[in-house]
Amino acid sequence: MGENTKAYVELKHINKTFGNYKASDDVNFTVEKGKLIGLLGPSGSGKTTILRILAGLENADSGEIYIDGKQVNEIPASKRGIGFVFQNYALFRYKTVFDNIAFGLKIQKKSKAEIKSRVDELIELVGLKGLEKRYPKQLSGGQRQRVAFARALATQPQLLLLDEPFAAIDAKVRKELRSWLRELINQVGITSIFVTHDQDEAIEVADEIIVTNKGKIEQIGTPVEVYSNPQTPFVVQFLGEPVTIKDFNQFKGFREKTKGDRAIIRPEFVTVTKKNEFNPYPVTTEEGIVERVAFRGNSLELTIRVHDELLLANRQIGQELIKEGEHVNVFLQRLYLVDDHGQNVAIAVNEALRQDESVVI
Amino acid sequence: MEIRNDKGVVKWLLIGICTVFLLVTLVLPLVYVIYTALRDGLGAYFAAVKDQYAVKAILLTIKVVIISVVVNSIFGIFAAWLITRFQFRGKKIISTLIDLPLTISPVIAGLIFVLTFGRQSAIYPFLEKWGIQIIFAVPGVVLATIFVTFPFISREIIPVLTVEGTDEEEAAALMGANGFQIFTQITFPHIKWAFLYGVVLCSARAMGEFGAVSVLSGHLCGRTNTMPLYIELLYQAFDFTGAFALSSILVIMAIIILVLRNIFEYRGKKEMES
Repeated sequence: MGENTKAYVELKHINKTFGNYKASDDVNFTVEKGKLIGLLGPSGSGKTTILRILAGLENADSGEIYIDGKQVNEIPASKRGIGFVFQNYALFRYKTVFDNIAFGLKIQKKSKAEIKSRVDELIELVGLKGLEKRYPKQLSGGQRQRVAFARALATQPQLLLLDEPFAAIDAKVRKELRSWLRELINQVGITSIFVTHDQDEAIEVADEIIVTNKGKIEQIGTPVEVYSNPQTPFVVQFLGEPVTIKDFNQFKGFREKTKGDRAIIRPEFVTVTKKNEFNPYPVTTEEGIVERVAFRGNSLELTIRVHDELLLANRQIGQELIKEGEHVNVFLQRLYLVDDHGQNVAIAVNEALRQDESVVI
Repeated sequence: MEIRNDKGVVKWLLIGICTVFLLVTLVLPLVYVIYTALRDGLGAYFAAVKDQYAVKAILLTIKVVIISVVVNSIFGIFAAWLITRFQFRGKKIISTLIDLPLTISPVIAGLIFVLTFGRQSAIYPFLEKWGIQIIFAVPGVVLATIFVTFPFISREIIPVLTVEGTDEEEAAALMGANGFQIFTQITFPHIKWAFLYGVVLCSARAMGEFGAVSVLSGHLCGRTNTMPLYIELLYQAFDFTGAFALSSILVIMAIIILVLRNIFEYRGKKEMES
């Protein structure tokens, strides 16, 4: 993202320390106008701090913040014109849905008619018609989120920040709300940044993901880039369902001297076939013993011991069943080789696949 | 079944002990106050209450209560706001200082004020030059009462503000609201019941304050005598009807406050739960 011309939001060398905890460590990134960005990281990785610094709820110790080309460091939160959705929504509990959404407009001293029409429009947009007179405590989690969203959009901000917008909602509604929010943000066309610790959420919803860890930015890229091409040991370890292999050189297909302190493999790169099933790559196939079979609803999760390393693999429900204790063929498609000293990650593809590498994701 | 019976026995035993204790220490004395006040008939009772010094004592008490409540409301809200919304060095010290009146004996509090504003104090010449009289005057009484009651309101508000957190206030700030708008529209509705509860406790304490006020007032009849001081005066002069008649008024005021207290507590809880 070299060209600063299109940058709508830009953070330059942001540092922030709470006591002796470094919440932001030289944070730099830019966001293009209209994009939906996911700030992804484990809890305590400093992602919420970045959001709060952007909103003006915290002051950075050093660094510059630009929104729409203007430096906003000295502009207070109330003047930045940013819509913010809090993790627990922070709805005004002594105000009705209508008054919650109208609050910002009333502060701006808009006329009654104007407020009414704008609030009605937003209530329509988020699909809460008929609930205007309810209080937040009379709403479900999903409805509260919709109110929070409408309230954040009421004053027509140019930037929307969402702090863990789905964390307080139960799993079933969460999926529904994700796609709802994604569509709505597209419809409104507002530049948005949301914080999440849930990789599925970030991968599904965001145009671009910023992975944070210990106050630092680890990697920035589209969900596909970040997921399939992790650049740092942390990102490999954080995304997908990583399994660490210490002695990876003993695996067939990865025998030549490759560099790295350890390797990471994800279940989707482990193909398991029964002894009687067709095996296209017999030369680089290993034999393993199934230690555990766990039912996952739409698939089976297998724990397989190969060369004294435990690997995870998924197998479709429709296929012939595999039992615990069974000897199976295990084929590893690719490994992520981690160099802990150089903080590098390299991809190693099984020798058998190297001829047609273009096939891989 | 045996366990259940045991529990029954324990329960009734505890109820019995509590009832007897409350009867002996609270109800009987109160009944006795009313009984003594009315012993010489209603005529004597009303004569005692309508006595000019008694009326002045009642009015002074009400005045002192109102001033202390107003001052402590403002101070209490500011202090609670400061302690729950800002991080700074010495916060613990301020928080501890607020509680000081709860642990310090009121008589000592009175003496501290006498030492600070009395003749032997370094600032006394200035006070005298400007014609400000604090010791043995109404300002002293008010000052002593404020000192003794000042933790009540802030102590009620602080836990509520801590629990509510700052999210709603931040949300309002992000929508452009200024500090005053945030306080009146967002924060105050939260602390309303706790605040009223604190006001009630503060009033109750202010009404009944004896020790600190006694030291500072100088016991000037009709000028600096509050109800508790005047009651003591009557009692020392063996005017039992007068003393108990005035006491009965304090008791009635206390009961009104107790009822208010329960209403506020109930409303506050209800709002918290729903």
